[in-house]
Amino acid sequence: MTTTDPYAGERLKLSPFYPRQEVLNIREAWSAWNGYKFAEYYYDAEYEYFCVRNQCATYDITPMQKYEIRGRDAEVMLNRMVTRDVTKIGIDKVAYCVWCTDEGRMIDDGTIFKLADDRFMLTCGSPCTAWLAKSAFGFDDVTITDVTDDLAALSLQGPTSCAVLKNMGLHGIDTAKPFNIMHFPFHGESLMVSRTGFTGDLGYELWIPPELGLKLWDELYAAGEDYGIQPYGEAATNMARLEAAFIMPAMEFNEALRTVNFEHDQTPFELSLGWLVDFDKPHFSGRSALLKEKQRGPKYTLTKLDIEGNRPAEGSYIYGNKQCTKEIGYVTSAMWSPAVKANIALAMIMTDQLDNKMWAEIYYEKELRQYSRIAACTRKKKPFWAPSRARATPPPDC
Amino acid sequence: MNKYDAIIIGAGHNGLTNAAYLAKAGLNVVVLEKNDYIGGAAVSRELQEGWLYSSCSYVCSMMRQAIHRDLDLGRHGLILVPYLGTVNFGDGDERLFSYHDEEAAHHELKRHSPHDADAMHRFQTDLTRYSQLIRKTLMRTPPDPASFRPRDIMEFLYLAKQFWTLGEKELYEYVRFFTMSAAEYLEDYFENDLIKAAMASPGIIGTALGVYSPGSSYVLLHHVMGDVDGSIGAWGLARGGMGAISDAIAGAVAEHGGEIRTNAGVQKVLVKNGKAIGVVLENGDEITARIVVSNLDAKRTFTRIMDKSDLPEGIYERAKNFKIRGSSGKVNIALSGMPKFTGVPENRYLARGGQGFSGSLETMERAYDCWKRGAWSDDPFVESVIPSAWDPTVAPAGKHWMSNFVQYCPPELSSGPWTPEKRDAFGKSVIDKIERYSPGFRDLIVHMEVRTPHEIENEVGLTEGNIFQGELTIDQLFFNRPFPGYGQYRMPVKNLYMCGSSTHPGGGVSSVCGANAAREILIDLRRTNTVPVDDFYDE
Ligand SMILES: Cc1cc2nc3c(=O)[nH]c(=O)nc-3n(C[C@H](O)[C@H](O)[C@H](O)COP(=O)(O)OP(=O)(O)OC[C@H]3O[C@@H](n4cnc5c(N)ncnc54)[C@H](O)[C@@H]3O)c2cc1C
Repeated sequence: MTTTDPYAGERLKLSPFYPRQEVLNIREAWSAWNGYKFAEYYYDAEYEYFCVRNQCATYDITPMQKYEIRGRDAEVMLNRMVTRDVTKIGIDKVAYCVWCTDEGRMIDDGTIFKLADDRFMLTCGSPCTAWLAKSAFGFDDVTITDVTDDLAALSLQGPTSCAVLKNMGLHGIDTAKPFNIMHFPFHGESLMVSRTGFTGDLGYELWIPPELGLKLWDELYAAGEDYGIQPYGEAATNMARLEAAFIMPAMEFNEALRTVNFEHDQTPFELSLGWLVDFDKPHFSGRSALLKEKQRGPKYTLTKLDIEGNRPAEGSYIYGNKQCTKEIGYVTSAMWSPAVKANIALAMIMTDQLDNKMWAEIYYEKELRQYSRIAACTRKKKPFWAPSRARATPPPDC
Repeated sequence: MNKYDAIIIGAGHNGLTNAAYLAKAGLNVVVLEKNDYIGGAAVSRELQEGWLYSSCSYVCSMMRQAIHRDLDLGRHGLILVPYLGTVNFGDGDERLFSYHDEEAAHHELKRHSPHDADAMHRFQTDLTRYSQLIRKTLMRTPPDPASFRPRDIMEFLYLAKQFWTLGEKELYEYVRFFTMSAAEYLEDYFENDLIKAAMASPGIIGTALGVYSPGSSYVLLHHVMGDVDGSIGAWGLARGGMGAISDAIAGAVAEHGGEIRTNAGVQKVLVKNGKAIGVVLENGDEITARIVVSNLDAKRTFTRIMDKSDLPEGIYERAKNFKIRGSSGKVNIALSGMPKFTGVPENRYLARGGQGFSGSLETMERAYDCWKRGAWSDDPFVESVIPSAWDPTVAPAGKHWMSNFVQYCPPELSSGPWTPEKRDAFGKSVIDKIERYSPGFRDLIVHMEVRTPHEIENEVGLTEGNIFQGELTIDQLFFNRPFPGYGQYRMPVKNLYMCGSSTHPGGGVSSVCGANAAREILIDLRRTNTVPVDDFYDE
């Protein structure tokens, strides 16, 4: 008799860190990301969020898509694809980038790691193989390899993260500036550490061959034992990134290549990411459409709102009058921020209405009854959470 | 010309809150603090290098979010962080684990009593209903029952409307609730003694009442009416210790141009023609201002820094008789490692959370009997938490500190005055109790600070060491706080106000007394109100 699992084709892949995560996921709260079994949370979402803000916590970013782009033409190819000037990235530096269709609509965002003049790593939320292949069209010396499964990655975020890495023996890690990369010998291999993350706080991302994944986990957790280390999942990530006002696919933007309806996707200008579009560099995908967009001004602008009361304005419309008859936008993400003690939201607001007063109509439920309230909104210029330690080198308490 | 519009005596967190709101309204304020540090009973102190004790208050839940948000205390460095799980220790081997997760918590109660596990839902529901109601009164000035001013009448109507939402039966229950003992109240819900003891403990914290004393059920409510991000009854820690709260409020005072002076003890409030006009400092300096606000408790304000002859008839006597009995001690212990407790699994959340050495109702009552006789108990009720397990800034990595709140400890001993030897013997009784549940605990001790009511009075200036600045009994609550007829922050001498925990809604780190007093002062001075209305989770 064969013992093959007839459902094998439908089962989720397991991260190299899974054996440890399985033990720590006391609530059995699993979801999925790019085919990997992935924790929604482990013990308590809010507690894990607080570990990021107060101590430190790890987030498994193995399922994030990772591509190695090699060759003499790697740099020009990437520069042709993304809106930022890739030639300005130094070796062992990371840059946050977006890439667009010819119509200037955003396909995805991600980070480019420059590892050598002819070697880059691109990371992004959704698979991007086909678009990369299209972008490489016409370039002679460039090879693109999907290394997602060949590289385990763990994000370590929070105020004690630097102290933990130091305690683990990563000497000099405190000299790494934001977006810097450092390499450390690790059991005969190289451990790459970048000072990056998706929480707006002090934090690092650790990249290691999957065979060494568990070793890395164990050493990190041993070093972090006295610094409150705790794994966190999707739920806490979503809280932290919203406080930092970072965008999320399927929340703030609809990936252009998956958008059916006309202009239901976004431009970087609409997402307040105009600073990532560099018109001074050679031609890139979407350039002329984006130039037009810049001159005309985006129809919508992603805006940070501080909203009266404590009911999250999830899914709310934003109005230009208190009677809620003049619709001027919609909320993309909203939550009560326990760290900031504010009712925060990101919202797409019609650009010509930005200076208006704004109200959100918030619906909520209380013991099976539906209620609504109208709450005044205040526009915020800065991210809700931006502690100085996130930028300081060396970081404090390290 | 006065240099200042307002003098605030005392830099407790309420005095600071008061100053922040007055300064925000454009007033020129100065806060005068006798100690060389600010915060009063909301303070963090480094008495052993590397360790930061929350010397007095240690957990936070009453702090009104509306104030936290309005004064932007987050930007001034304040962040409240959670701790998870509590273990209640029975007299013997029984342990009651309060898990953070609802399902787990229910399951655990069931292990002790299936009846009580079910009853817990009703208990929590009833208590939440009572809390919701009382919460609505916090950031409002109590109406004066003897007044016919429209504002007081409107306030009574508002209250009547709120109370009426309870329904007739619950209304009767609610009124009854205020006069009951915690033990009696719990009797209606629970059968298991350890569960009862665990639930009763908030009823005696800080009060000179026992679990069987009428009125202790209100004290229970007082301790569960707060919330952390809308979760009513939950308690959190201030990152950096409770002093971080005072420091953040002081940041707001500075932001709005207020001044804070330490080492500036006030000796006397100056009164001329029945009006407060300023203060004399202990060093003899005189400072004058349009108004004077006292953050000290009622007894201290009227019997220590005021002349009897400056007070209207009867006030001095009232202040003297103000119920402010001290009943609590605090033992702060720096530890070289994490203590382990017998009968507690190595669950990293539960085992480091809070510890309630409650024993049983009987043990708690016996400890109370000792207090009545002017002694401390060899088997005290101790409520503990290990902040360093949750806050990386209060002890060196791998080291810890444990906050132990002790009920009871008398302000005066029948054996004569407190001495350092007696203080240490009291501290030892606490360590012995913990050692019983954590063999080897003693060997972990690096440093300790023992505070009896004697120290609390002399250092913090809380009369008799009463943590609430006056008992929370119905005769001293709401419009009766501190005295009947003076429930609206204005004191018997013109231009004199009170803003500390001796006023409505009473003790705890809430900032409410200070904010409410500021609102009344701004009305009198005809300034635009700067104090926000309370913010609820749409209760
Ligand atoms: C041991 C203990 C544990 C507690 N635990 C908790 C807890 O966990 N959670 C909680 O919410 N609450 C707790 N409380 C209660 C809470 O801390 C207090 O109710 C609250 O801090 C009182 O604040 P306040 O501003 O009203 O007064 P205080 O903090 O008493 O401030 C009064 C200030 O006036 C100053 N002062 C006194 N005399 C003079 C003078 N003559 N001149 C100038 N300045 C003077 C004092 O030094 C002090 O700074 C605890 C209290 C104690 C004592």
